[in-house]
Amino acid sequence: MNAPAPKNVHLVLRVNGEPQEVSFASYKTLLEVLREEMNLTGTKHGCELGECGACAVLVDGAPVLSCLALALECEGREIETVEGLASGTKLHPLQAAFADCGGSQCGYCTSGMLMTAKALLEREPNPSRERIKEAISGNICRCTGYNQIVEAIEQAAAEIRNSK
Amino acid sequence: MSAEKKRFEVVGQPRRRVDGRGKTTGQARFADDLSLPRMAHCKLLRSPHPHAVIESIDCSRAREYPGVHLVLTGKDFPVPFGIMPVSLDEYALAPERVRHVGDPLAAVIAKDEVTALEAIELIDVRYRKLQTISDPAEALARPEPRIHDYGEQGNIHRNQSYEFGDVEEALARSDYVFEDTFFYQGNTHLPMEQQASLASIEGDGKLLLQTSTQNPHYLHRQLARVLQVPASQVRVIATQNGGGFGGKCDPANHEMVVSKAAMILGRPVKICLTREEVFYQHRGRHPVLMKFRTGVSKDGKLTGMHLQTLLDGGGYGSHGPASTFYTGVLTPVTYELPRFKFEACRVFTNKPPCGPKRGHGTPQPRFGQEVQLDKIAEKLGIDPAELRLGIVTKENALTANWLKVGSTGLAECIRQVVERSGWKEKHRKLPEGRGVGLAASTYMCGAGVSIYWNKMPHSGVQLLLDRSGQVTVLCGATEIGQGSDDVLAAIVAEVLGIGTAEVRVLTGDTGLTPVDLGSYSSRVTVMMGNAALQAATRLREQIAAAAAEKLETLPERVILSRGKVFAAENAAKTMSFIEAVTAAETKFGTLGAVGSYAPPKAPGKYKGAGVGPSPAYSFTACVVEAEVDPKTGWITVPKIWVAHDIGRSINPVHVRGQVIGGVYMGLGEALMEEQAFRRLPEKLSSALVHKIPSMLEYKSLTALDMPEVDVAIVEYPDPNCPFGAKEAGQGPLLPVMPAVANAIYDAVGVRIDEVPITPDKVLAALEKKAKGETPRVGPESFPAVPYPAPTFVLPPWEGGDGDELKGPDGKPVRRTQKEVAAA
Repeated sequence: MNAPAPKNVHLVLRVNGEPQEVSFASYKTLLEVLREEMNLTGTKHGCELGECGACAVLVDGAPVLSCLALALECEGREIETVEGLASGTKLHPLQAAFADCGGSQCGYCTSGMLMTAKALLEREPNPSRERIKEAISGNICRCTGYNQIVEAIEQAAAEIRNSK
Repeated sequence: MSAEKKRFEVVGQPRRRVDGRGKTTGQARFADDLSLPRMAHCKLLRSPHPHAVIESIDCSRAREYPGVHLVLTGKDFPVPFGIMPVSLDEYALAPERVRHVGDPLAAVIAKDEVTALEAIELIDVRYRKLQTISDPAEALARPEPRIHDYGEQGNIHRNQSYEFGDVEEALARSDYVFEDTFFYQGNTHLPMEQQASLASIEGDGKLLLQTSTQNPHYLHRQLARVLQVPASQVRVIATQNGGGFGGKCDPANHEMVVSKAAMILGRPVKICLTREEVFYQHRGRHPVLMKFRTGVSKDGKLTGMHLQTLLDGGGYGSHGPASTFYTGVLTPVTYELPRFKFEACRVFTNKPPCGPKRGHGTPQPRFGQEVQLDKIAEKLGIDPAELRLGIVTKENALTANWLKVGSTGLAECIRQVVERSGWKEKHRKLPEGRGVGLAASTYMCGAGVSIYWNKMPHSGVQLLLDRSGQVTVLCGATEIGQGSDDVLAAIVAEVLGIGTAEVRVLTGDTGLTPVDLGSYSSRVTVMMGNAALQAATRLREQIAAAAAEKLETLPERVILSRGKVFAAENAAKTMSFIEAVTAAETKFGTLGAVGSYAPPKAPGKYKGAGVGPSPAYSFTACVVEAEVDPKTGWITVPKIWVAHDIGRSINPVHVRGQVIGGVYMGLGEALMEEQAFRRLPEKLSSALVHKIPSMLEYKSLTALDMPEVDVAIVEYPDPNCPFGAKEAGQGPLLPVMPAVANAIYDAVGVRIDEVPITPDKVLAALEKKAKGETPRVGPESFPAVPYPAPTFVLPPWEGGDGDELKGPDGKPVRRTQKEVAAA
């Protein structure tokens, strides 16, 4: 068998503020490149069809379903994943609130929820309960029944506002 | 325990769960997050036909495809498996027959997923299609072709009948007999994590399977069986489970396949099911048709019940034998029922197999009985809450079928939801289109017997402790998101007077941890907790003995509290926990303790009495408020009140989380969740296929649909449970569906006697109401099921001894109370 010609694209992705060279097949989704090429497995997948929200990451500050985004299209953009949320060993207020309020049970939807909530709080530091529910309505959680997730986001929002 | 602390310091305190940090930083590693050097990827070929004989499989083209390492078929797996010893009816890859669309029959292991998928397309299979058995009516009508060559007869898998006292006699002397049929549609777990498994050969030459499973122990046994290797050569690690709900209880085909492939190839092999495949793996809620004939006195006491159930089991046995029992056996635990006849039948059909889902078999009859009680209350002119308060089972009672109720706070739960919801001001009083409904329930805290017969512990815990002050606790229990790791750490921490942050928890690893049967039947807090309590108490005794010498006091006067160890009579006589451990290690040598737990023997002695007994039962009551739009039939649920008797909360944050999560799943089942099937058009084979194998089309509640849930935690500690703590993982789901149905009746006066309760059904019932017809949608009849003659057991209050009655020839006989007294 002849060695196949290389088909990969080679580029720099900025993830959590750090530029990193990556090489991947051009059809790979951002989800696949994050998880399989960059070993950032904190971003999860629940359907790989854009139906569940588990894979949400931020691209230029907006929540994006990474299973539907081509990694190729993210060149030169700011990608944020759950791995970049904490500052050193200090949890982001959203992470702390999810852990303290029962916002995370199995933890599988948590990364997508956290990133979606982060985008919301950056746009709206003091969202109403309805706005929070709207913001996370594309993120399915099968464990919590959402109540404690909403409470965690409220608590984190208050924490962030008070720390400013 | 000596020198009891006055108050709990860990138990009952709201705190961050021990795995909270890892789950919010993305560090929690789920099976598909794992990768190993030289890892190959596996894909399964699944049947496009619901029922067919595999005439031939030609894998030659797939084997030759570049990048393919291995192709496996049924020939490679001669040994069948199954979660229950009486239903070993599955093969890792179907050898001769496929029994549902999605049944796997071949596997390709290749350098990557894409190559494996391409090679799957190159496998040539010749099928001979067989008659499809699509539903229970067809399964009863067509004994041939048999889907399996075992079972009761034809396509009946399980068929059973029990009678506890003469029910017909009881019904005959009742003031009223209510007869109702209900249908509970099947639905699926829909865990957020798609099942994944990674098999590898470790450096010591042994097989390691890291997999999303709730039951690593049962999987371990079945893997050894299928692979025909000693269990000591196999290690199963249950990775973090991204939701289980019962869907990851059965040993699964893909787990066997990657294990075998790793053994053949000597390299790691991984699989991750697609979301569509998760729907085929299923093992979800059985569709159940039910008929209740219930006798009632004018003052609202139940006199007897004849319950018949018919379960659509799908293509394999799974937990079916247990599921069949559970459609009835817990019914007499909620309300006093002097006599009870229970007939149940599970049939095979050509659909993905049904199995255990949160509540396992119990939500279906709970729905039926609670809706029927609502009808009874209306007919008798009694408030539905008052009716229930008059018949709740009492503490330490025996039921007609010989189950022992322990502590019960059900009456308190009902009072709490009535009070908090403003029930008395709302029921029958809200304007048209708005209503409230009430329901109650019971659930077990662990099955009294193991899935395979043995007299060994159901849970074992090992504790290690050394001069560093670090406490390591090992247990085979499995964290599936419910918080079991936190419960384990909390119980140990409470006994040793430290915080959960000082405890390292290692769970769900058959290579390291003592056997625990797994995360099912709401058993973990009680069984693992009791084992942990025993181990921690043993270790505490050693620490206290050593500390007593240093503190110049008696061991029984030593108190361990908040990281300190001191004498009860003089708090100045104190040392740190680490100093006390050092003293103990000096005195006794290396420290460690084990604890184990097996449930108490159940009072019932009749054959079949093993299903239903539990060390304790949890209780729940629920009020649902609903709004129904009469033009569209659309149902909105603005608020739910629920009260749950947990016995005692180990961590109230997560008890509340389990309760709300159960309510959420119940509300989804009530309103939309549905594992529905359809026939493909004739030109496309007419196959019976899953209607909606995607998360978009399988409707579940989003954050916008989910109402606020008011949770009252009620604590009636049970002496069989660690610190009195009962379960919260399954019970709170149970009353939600009937409470929704009852609320809809209160809102618009129509009875929807089946779930899901969708707008089209509400509209159809409203149309009937407008025409003056019976405003009801639900099953019209119950088929003639050939149930066997019942096993007859006298209830405790009729002089029974818990055993079945037998004639001189040893065959079951049926006798009235009078006849027994005369004999």
